[in-house]
Amino acid sequence: MPISLNAYREIAPPGRVELLHRLSKQAAGKRLLHVTGERQGGEVEETLHALVPLLDDVGVKVHWETMEGAELFSEAVRAFRNGLQGEEVRIPDGLLDAYRDVVRANGHRFDLLADVVMTHDPQALGLIEYAATDVRWIWRCYLDVSRPHRKIWNFMRPYIAKYDAAVFSLPQFAQPLPLPQYLIYPSIDPLNDKNRELEREEIDAVLEKFQIPRDKPILLQVAAFNRFKDPRGVIEAYRLIKSHHNCRLVLAGGVTPEDLDDQAVLNDAREAAGKDEDIHILLLGDAPLEINALQRSATLVIHKARREGFGLAVAEAMWKGKPVIGSETGGINLQVMYGQTGYTANSVEGTAFYGRHLLNNPTIAEDMGRRARERVRQNFLITRHLEDYLSLIILLAHT
Amino acid sequence: MSEWKAGTPFRFVGCVELREVLGRKAADVEQLLTGIEAVPLDSIYYHTHSYFLRYEHGPTLFPSDFATWAAVSVRDRVLSERLGLIDPFEFRDLEALRGQIVSTIDEHLKSLWSVPRLAHGGPFEFVSSHIIEVDLEVSANTLDEFRDRLATVDRSALFNHICEAKIRKGRRSGDFIIWIGSEEGLNLPDLANRLGGIQPLGLTLEGIRSQMLEALDGWRAEHASSVGSPSQRLDQ
Repeated sequence: MPISLNAYREIAPPGRVELLHRLSKQAAGKRLLHVTGERQGGEVEETLHALVPLLDDVGVKVHWETMEGAELFSEAVRAFRNGLQGEEVRIPDGLLDAYRDVVRANGHRFDLLADVVMTHDPQALGLIEYAATDVRWIWRCYLDVSRPHRKIWNFMRPYIAKYDAAVFSLPQFAQPLPLPQYLIYPSIDPLNDKNRELEREEIDAVLEKFQIPRDKPILLQVAAFNRFKDPRGVIEAYRLIKSHHNCRLVLAGGVTPEDLDDQAVLNDAREAAGKDEDIHILLLGDAPLEINALQRSATLVIHKARREGFGLAVAEAMWKGKPVIGSETGGINLQVMYGQTGYTANSVEGTAFYGRHLLNNPTIAEDMGRRARERVRQNFLITRHLEDYLSLIILLAHT
Repeated sequence: MSEWKAGTPFRFVGCVELREVLGRKAADVEQLLTGIEAVPLDSIYYHTHSYFLRYEHGPTLFPSDFATWAAVSVRDRVLSERLGLIDPFEFRDLEALRGQIVSTIDEHLKSLWSVPRLAHGGPFEFVSSHIIEVDLEVSANTLDEFRDRLATVDRSALFNHICEAKIRKGRRSGDFIIWIGSEEGLNLPDLANRLGGIQPLGLTLEGIRSQMLEALDGWRAEHASSVGSPSQRLDQ
């Protein structure tokens, strides 16, 4: 049964659910169509699975459609995603044609008559070609497009320019565009398996499954094994901490299937860990409950990324009352308030320094964890996301 | 019970904020200066007031994004301290506030041999905000009701009735004080003056709420004998 907004009454900031009910009166009855590439798989879809029922609950007539395309379309979308994020990609004209063909087919398949249509990331961007005149179109981009591959950008930009508005997750992710660009931070759902409260037995079961004893403080990084997440750097920081504090390190994340580079990073992390029995490298796929339990069992959480998008794993850890030591990149700066909810660091040594400091001062770590949870409560919960989407619908209706 | 009763009830109106990226950046203090001169007033407002909505524990460094950026990213502590001291609530309007910020940066630049540049982190990103009001359907007819509603109302109502009212709508005292002091409201100018002594700069919205409640409770205790039964009010 879909979760209603009232289920968040005791979780959201006091009075916020009432405010959302009142705010939604200004958007009630509006028809909102979301279009994504997939229905499962990533952060975008995870967020929509929580948001769509809430929008529906407050009176917005919301629908969610997904694009249907063949393998060539998927290949084109992968190239677009990588290219928009600045990677050098090869994109033959055939792929661009495949994208146009799929967009055309879906443009005729969907009922695009809504008050607002929101397309997510590059997959459905081209649907704007089939827009009715009195519909407001929003492009929701989760990617960092600040330095895109030019050929890809030149292909996408004419589509984007036809939109009424774009939405980015951080100001630095945006591009100069002839349309209003709004800022909406991603969010976590405090009621899903990744973030809900867990019983002690549930946490113990996960630790037992991964053979992680609770005999010493646990440092944790939850991040994919790729070069941007620097698992070797985390191990080096752990070693500097370990020389003063007996602790464990858990590195938990996935690798992109068949990505040789990711596999090499994983192998490198295993090599760096060597025979240290206090380092646990966990290869996890879609394992929300396990990640939840690991975050809850951690003493402190590290997110030492060299490059990061928004980095929602930081908010997830903060929500569990953990101080986070993160890199100064992407959305980590925004989430971690230096000295209040954790620290931002620029090096292995900095990460180790703050790690030692927090292990030396458990009361400070506890206070930071408490503030971290409150920071997420105010800024990064799904209820705030709902507030932003309602505001956007209302604003577009008046402009 | 007979209480301090208003002629017109106070209606609490909350708000939500939607941020808009203006696409303008500054990588040094001179670019910051020209940006501040050029951006819409809504952006000046965002960078000097919206921290109330963004930081529940108070801003990390200064209650102004310009000052914080100068401190953290340019590492010009003198400029950041000068900008941090500017109290946005002291100005008659946002244009006057902008003028003061521009003058402060301009004078600082004139005292230097070179323009301080970005030393750490990213460029300053100019953002603006759209405020959408939300009628909370909560109202107060008496001082006691006002006190009770104020204690529990969504914090965005404090932002709306203080920052929005004072700075964007030109109601210099803020909605709470106007209602408490005016004849249409509670007609308690003495209490209104006392609340007017609360300085928002450096406080969070919860801090403002606490100080207001403390002032209201103190005033009610002092005036308990003038209306109704003291115990009924002091128990609140």
